[in-house]
Amino acid sequence: MNRKYYGKVIFELSRPGRTGYHLDSNGCEEHLATLPDNLMRHSPLRLPEVDEPTVVRHYTNMSANNFGVDSGFYPLGSCTMKYNPKINDEMATIPEFANLHPLQPADTVQGALKAYNDLQAMLCEIGGMAEFTLNPYAGAHGELTGLMVIRAYHMSRGDHNRTKVIVPDSAHGTNPASAAVAGLKVVEVKSLPDGTVDIEALRSLLDDTVAAVMMTNPNTVGLFEYSIPEIADMVHAAGALMYYDGANLNPLLGIARPGDMGFDVMHINLHKTFSTPHGGGGPGSGPVGVRAGLEKFLPNPVVVRKKPAEDDYFALDYEIEHRAESLGRISAWLGNFAVELRALAYILSLGKDGLAMAGSLATLNANYVKESLRDLYKVAIDRVCKHEFVFDGLIDKSTGVTTLDVAKRLLDHGYHAPTIYFPLLFHESLMIEPTETESKETLDEFIAVMRDIAREATETPDIVKGAPHDCPVRRPDDTSAALNPVVTYFDL
Amino acid sequence: MAHRYFPHTPDDIREMLGKCGMETLDDLYADVPESLRLKRDYDLPQQMSENKVREYFRDLADMNRPLTCFAGAGFYDHYSPAVIPAILSRSEFLTAYTPYQPEVSQGTLQYIFEFQTMMSELTGLPVSNASMYDGATALAEAMMMTVAASRKKDRVLVSATLNPAWREVIDTYALYHGVKIDTVPEDNGVTDLAALGNMLDGASDIAGVILPTPNYYGILEDYTGVAEMVHASKALLVMTAPASTLGVIKSPGEWGADIAAGEAQSLGMPMSFGGPGLGYMCCTKALMRKLPGRIVGKTTDASGQRVFVLTLQAREQHIRRDKATSNICSNQGLMALYATVYLSLMGPQGLRDVNDLSSSGAHYLASRLVETGAFELKYPSRPFLNEFVLRYNGETSLKDFMEVSAASGCLAGVMIADDELLVCVTENRTKEEIDRYIWRAETFSKAQTPLFKSESEQNF
Repeated sequence: MNRKYYGKVIFELSRPGRTGYHLDSNGCEEHLATLPDNLMRHSPLRLPEVDEPTVVRHYTNMSANNFGVDSGFYPLGSCTMKYNPKINDEMATIPEFANLHPLQPADTVQGALKAYNDLQAMLCEIGGMAEFTLNPYAGAHGELTGLMVIRAYHMSRGDHNRTKVIVPDSAHGTNPASAAVAGLKVVEVKSLPDGTVDIEALRSLLDDTVAAVMMTNPNTVGLFEYSIPEIADMVHAAGALMYYDGANLNPLLGIARPGDMGFDVMHINLHKTFSTPHGGGGPGSGPVGVRAGLEKFLPNPVVVRKKPAEDDYFALDYEIEHRAESLGRISAWLGNFAVELRALAYILSLGKDGLAMAGSLATLNANYVKESLRDLYKVAIDRVCKHEFVFDGLIDKSTGVTTLDVAKRLLDHGYHAPTIYFPLLFHESLMIEPTETESKETLDEFIAVMRDIAREATETPDIVKGAPHDCPVRRPDDTSAALNPVVTYFDL
Repeated sequence: MAHRYFPHTPDDIREMLGKCGMETLDDLYADVPESLRLKRDYDLPQQMSENKVREYFRDLADMNRPLTCFAGAGFYDHYSPAVIPAILSRSEFLTAYTPYQPEVSQGTLQYIFEFQTMMSELTGLPVSNASMYDGATALAEAMMMTVAASRKKDRVLVSATLNPAWREVIDTYALYHGVKIDTVPEDNGVTDLAALGNMLDGASDIAGVILPTPNYYGILEDYTGVAEMVHASKALLVMTAPASTLGVIKSPGEWGADIAAGEAQSLGMPMSFGGPGLGYMCCTKALMRKLPGRIVGKTTDASGQRVFVLTLQAREQHIRRDKATSNICSNQGLMALYATVYLSLMGPQGLRDVNDLSSSGAHYLASRLVETGAFELKYPSRPFLNEFVLRYNGETSLKDFMEVSAASGCLAGVMIADDELLVCVTENRTKEEIDRYIWRAETFSKAQTPLFKSESEQNF
């Protein structure tokens, strides 16, 4: 990353008369219709006028002020910032995929439909589910879709009173937000001191108004919810369904499957567990899987594999269907298809043996970092963690150095900061998720830096409190940004 | 077992386990009940080399047939500059996440700021968010936003001329969110404004009205006086247009809309079988704090530099949880960069040229197809830009024409009824391609069925 701030905005490079494109004549110009003047644009269109080299240099310089997984260690808890293999991108840009219109006849897109179907089948195997839709565009979109499946299920049974969703107090913020969008009321259930859901508290909340219990396992503290079989039994006995937030699926690869834990509906973040690039915040993909019996509620359109009669030479292997009992449609077409292709390439590259290792190595890396720092940072809940863990800040809080300060100081050392102030269970949450693609050397260097920062916090706290010192920009003023929002160049 | 993505050597694993006081990797999962453990291998292929992965995808790719595209219906085959994939593949952009740490994320924050500015210019509305998933979900969010911005209103009107797939998405969100959607009927291809007036008249439960232009049929609708009508009922006006067309048509802001939301894939993005595209969403200043999604704003840093940060986060799910304006977290970040670089290269004149070329090609094709006698325009009196509806008058079926076209490598449009075809022309279509389409239509309409029998009998 370039430590010098670039900071220009493309509009500042614009000069009248410059151009960055060349389009050919199509020989039809004389047919240009005169359209009614009152339907046409009359206000100026202030887009930049820039030549191609200037555009390339501008965005290249801008990228140099950005930090990605390829730049360095990115232990952002809950986001699974693992290495994004390059072959995935190569596969997603094959012209015979990239140039397909979504409404082409099915016989001209059999390869695309097979890719979709192959990934569906693989996710079913990994999740222990009966069927997946790949249509949801992101994790939160998957949550929303999954909750709609659950509502469609209850409605199909005439069970209209089930309007509540129970989520643990440690849940991702998207869980309650998705529930609200799906028209459900959110009820929080407390966690026990060991970080897992309080079963007795949960039991007291279960009645015939509960549609679902939404859980992440391992939860957002990185701990395995070991009572899950008992919870699933309780929830099912109360007539509600179990929803699995797949944001933390990575450590369970090769170990356990949500379907076997009693979850009825789940989503997977392909941009986490299945390595598709996060892209600065999308495009992601949030496939939703369901157990047998709930398939009919999945969103339209649906890709199905046909088993044609042998003599039907022209029958298609794959078709797109619209199911009558479906919850409806949640995307224009079949989701972020190019992202789905990347995930398929990843699963093939790892194979069953590689996938089975990924979970254990991610868990090993997390525990190794935790154990190497536990004398200086306060382990929030002292148990064997899974892929991530939470420190509740420094053990020595006497000098007033906060989690925010530690995070900013890490930036000076060429690391992305961990997730901070989440989960909300602790005041100084510092949530670290190394992922399986980091080497022992990388972790050892990170541990050494974290130890240095803890030492600085005691000896020279102002250095930590004033961090970052060596970044292109330093502690932007969030308050004034929100008080007086300037959100476009022409408002500057 | 070694794998190219995992750096761990057996010694590393041993040492690291030692630090954790453990002997085997399995010890890390001692708290997972035995009954839950997967005691077998996944039923999946063995790990593959890159060459094997390429073979797998080559086999799939060979089963696809990209066609010369005269289809639109929400996704368009526009010119895609070579610069863009080069910029998007810069891993500092590609492999970053949401810019939570502004000190090391100015690249992402800055292009979002530029994107917001460009979308604000295109829509004529002062505030834009950092993007939505796609056009359909952006409109569904706009629908919910009108309800959230109102007091106790729970009904939204949607024109019958909106893309039906998007309408299904709006209906789905509305059903679960508890919003009632009513259809404003269409009259000869455009929104029936008299009917809209009647629906609004005296109604006190309408939160918003959603109107497209160009609409699903490609028709430019005349919404003169509509904003006043909608606002008189204390409802919000939501408008949608493919982003590319906003370079030449009257913008939602000029029409008096409160919210603009839609699909921006038309800004040169590959069609990719329908995704990723890019949802956009803009609004008035008054509605800024009701807008879903990320918003980037300008501020200064501790050294006094002009810098950019995520702002107004009190609207968002990670702060407000179930009280948030939306559940959206990730959006389509990288595709917002796509649009930004595209609009930087094209500029105002480029966008005009794209529209003029597309429109002239479309009008040429439409008029010549009508001349063949095989087709007529379904809405001859309505103005269109580059997409239009044909009615087929030929002897054989339209379906046969589509199949014959596909067999010769052409996607002739999207059938929206047994005898109706929605056709789109972009600047990517050459005169030769358009003329071949015309020739095919001429030949097909004159031919007796048997000429094409072999193709048409196939059960496509």
